[in-house]
Amino acid sequence: MLAIQMRGITKRFGPVLANDRIDFSLEQGEIHALLGENGAGKTTLMRILYGLYHADQGEILVDGHLAHIPSPKEAITLGIGMVAQHFTLVPPLSVAENVVLGYTKGLRFDPGAAQQHVAEAAARFGIKTDPAAIVRHLSVGECQRVEILKALYRNVRALIMDEPTSVLVPQEVDVLFETLERLRGAGLSVIFISHKLNEVMAVCDRITVLRQGRVVGTVDKAATSQIELACMMVGRETFGVTRRGESPQGEARLRLESLSALDRKGLPALKEVSLEVRAGEILGLAGVSGNGQAELARVLAGTLKPTGGRILVDNRDLTGADPTCFLVAGVGRIPEERHESMIGELSVAENLVLECLDEFTRNGLLDRRRVRQHGEQLIAEYQIKAQPTDRMRTLSGGNVQKVVLARALSSKPRVILASQPTRGLDVGATEYVRDKLLEQRDQGVAVLLISEDLDEALALSDRIAVIYEGRIMGVIPAGEASKEQLGMMMSGAWEVTRGETEN
Amino acid sequence: MEVFLIGLIAATLRVATPLILGTLGELFAERAGILNLGIEGTMFCGAFVGFVVGGATGNLWLGVLAAIVAGILAGLLMGLLSVRLGVSQHVSGLGITLLLTGLSLFGFRLIFGEPRIPPSIAPFERLPILSQVPILGEILGQYALTYIALALVPVCWWMLYRTNFGLQIRAVGENPEAADAAGVNVFLTRYLALAIAGGLMAAGGAFLSLAQLGAFTYGIIAGRGWVCIALIIFGNWQPVRVLWGALLFGGVSALQLRLQTTGLDLPYEMFLALPYLVTIAALAVAGRNATYPAALLKAYKRE
Repeated sequence: MLAIQMRGITKRFGPVLANDRIDFSLEQGEIHALLGENGAGKTTLMRILYGLYHADQGEILVDGHLAHIPSPKEAITLGIGMVAQHFTLVPPLSVAENVVLGYTKGLRFDPGAAQQHVAEAAARFGIKTDPAAIVRHLSVGECQRVEILKALYRNVRALIMDEPTSVLVPQEVDVLFETLERLRGAGLSVIFISHKLNEVMAVCDRITVLRQGRVVGTVDKAATSQIELACMMVGRETFGVTRRGESPQGEARLRLESLSALDRKGLPALKEVSLEVRAGEILGLAGVSGNGQAELARVLAGTLKPTGGRILVDNRDLTGADPTCFLVAGVGRIPEERHESMIGELSVAENLVLECLDEFTRNGLLDRRRVRQHGEQLIAEYQIKAQPTDRMRTLSGGNVQKVVLARALSSKPRVILASQPTRGLDVGATEYVRDKLLEQRDQGVAVLLISEDLDEALALSDRIAVIYEGRIMGVIPAGEASKEQLGMMMSGAWEVTRGETEN
Repeated sequence: MEVFLIGLIAATLRVATPLILGTLGELFAERAGILNLGIEGTMFCGAFVGFVVGGATGNLWLGVLAAIVAGILAGLLMGLLSVRLGVSQHVSGLGITLLLTGLSLFGFRLIFGEPRIPPSIAPFERLPILSQVPILGEILGQYALTYIALALVPVCWWMLYRTNFGLQIRAVGENPEAADAAGVNVFLTRYLALAIAGGLMAAGGAFLSLAQLGAFTYGIIAGRGWVCIALIIFGNWQPVRVLWGALLFGGVSALQLRLQTTGLDLPYEMFLALPYLVTIAALAVAGRNATYPAALLKAYKRE
């Protein structure tokens, strides 16, 4: 039996109140969701329970006894384990070494015996893994199973899972849910941290919603709905984007003609891709990840030279031009890896002017006052929760994306290239980004939206193109597209012949 | 030719001994995620302390022991700076080298003043029984410390790969967050690794003053500590490969000494540079696939 109660937990980071008098209880044999937007305090609360942080105030009771948890070691002794979002595995070590690490006695370490013990533990909990495998060679889903096994091997009876699905592909999510249900069947408890409503509804028994460091409420799954949870999370009654009316479509701003390119391994990634994005429309590019989207984004950023075809922006040939030419031509980019497009050690204001340094240079020197003013102005305009002088790396994911948006949009682009602009963002930030993209479209900008989220592509786009193995399978108006049809195109089962629906 | 070869092999082992001890030490530090640039100073300090204590007590082994204790203290100081206080490893390591070099020189002046010729003692003798083996006698008749250094290679391998402590060292050097989350005491592990490292480095220094030279000079280490750091990269952080690196460097050093006496009409500096050139070349080849311990140079702090 293991029941946990956290009472009146308060935790501050400098001026930020991450947890504000939080009460939370976990019963034995339940999967309990901790739901909230990014920055709501979910992870902080659980890191306190796991001994990684120390609460400023409040108490933790385990099985009715007051517990002092100064480090993960004590947490594990009490039967509390945690699988963090970023795996805490040692890549060059084997699965078995990772599992027994820190849980070995005596002087000698016997790799063979360790592998056998781990294999036995894995079999007992029905977790598939190869104890001799080197962790570096495992897929993300396999690494996650090693993490779970690690906790179970330490006789953990309550398992904290921090956003476990954010790194998984759909099939792996199913495997994870099966595993969690098997653990619940064995009498273990799971705390499932998430900001995804459908997953919470699919697997959890009870749901505690946090917002801005406070508990909004705890509800039974049976007595709630996704809409209610969403309202609790964001604290607003409205939810979801609303598309404004059709905007008149203008001339083609971005034209790709038979564009071909190779991937990093030298294999063809784009095969004669022809597309047209017009002023005042969002063209959604749907497709399963890894079908050439990344290469297309790199070609259009100027960081990958195409092997054939042409890129025209406003009828200007930019084929093979360098990144600066694309920026000058008015291509605004919202890159897929938002952290890679920012420099963590520079301030927010400095990052905001990185793409247009010339405008802020006077006599060869950076005009720091104007950089700062520019930063302040954009921070206010885009509601970025940061100071102009804050280091970029201190910002949360949603705020980083707002900086990316602010930088891309403030240069008044004529074409916007958005790759997975809402991936990993919470509901509030997602909505914000989508609204901004629609706003740009209404202002007559041509938007190419690369998205693996079909719902997003359908909700935002005027037309949808589907890419499969580097080829465009067809372009159809979003209003006429059905998920089934797009699904068949995404799996290569159906190709719309050119000219059939493209108007 | 035979005589030449046997002499070369014997000298190689002798020259390689301090390098083996130094690299094994640095290996422990780096596998735990700490680049210990204090190695040069720690070796110097070990040479000095070993020389003074060995000379004063007349017991050379006591000298070695004293050097090891001094090295352990130096390692713990490195731990205080880089593990506890989170000071940059470059800064703290170089600081320790400067500090220990300065302290040792200061101590030297206090004890010996400024002698014209370096003070000397009767050094360790080579193992007498083995020296009398026919033909191979010169190779086998090494200092006991050389045998100890060679024996320490498999011991260190065993410690790293077949003990729980070694598993913890490897984990801490690759991903301290993961090790901490798994319940490993990252700080303690790093302190212990640094203590072992310091002891080995200082023993390497003591070998020079107590065995090879029987004297103490200002330039006694002459960059051997830095060579050890390069050899670690050459050996890809693996004890046995690191041994080959030390032997290669020792071999080329021994070879250049012999080449100098062959009467080739070349400036002697070119011969002196040979081991370093070979090291650079070997590093350029082997270092390309170097897989650094992932947490090397990163201070670990709990949030």
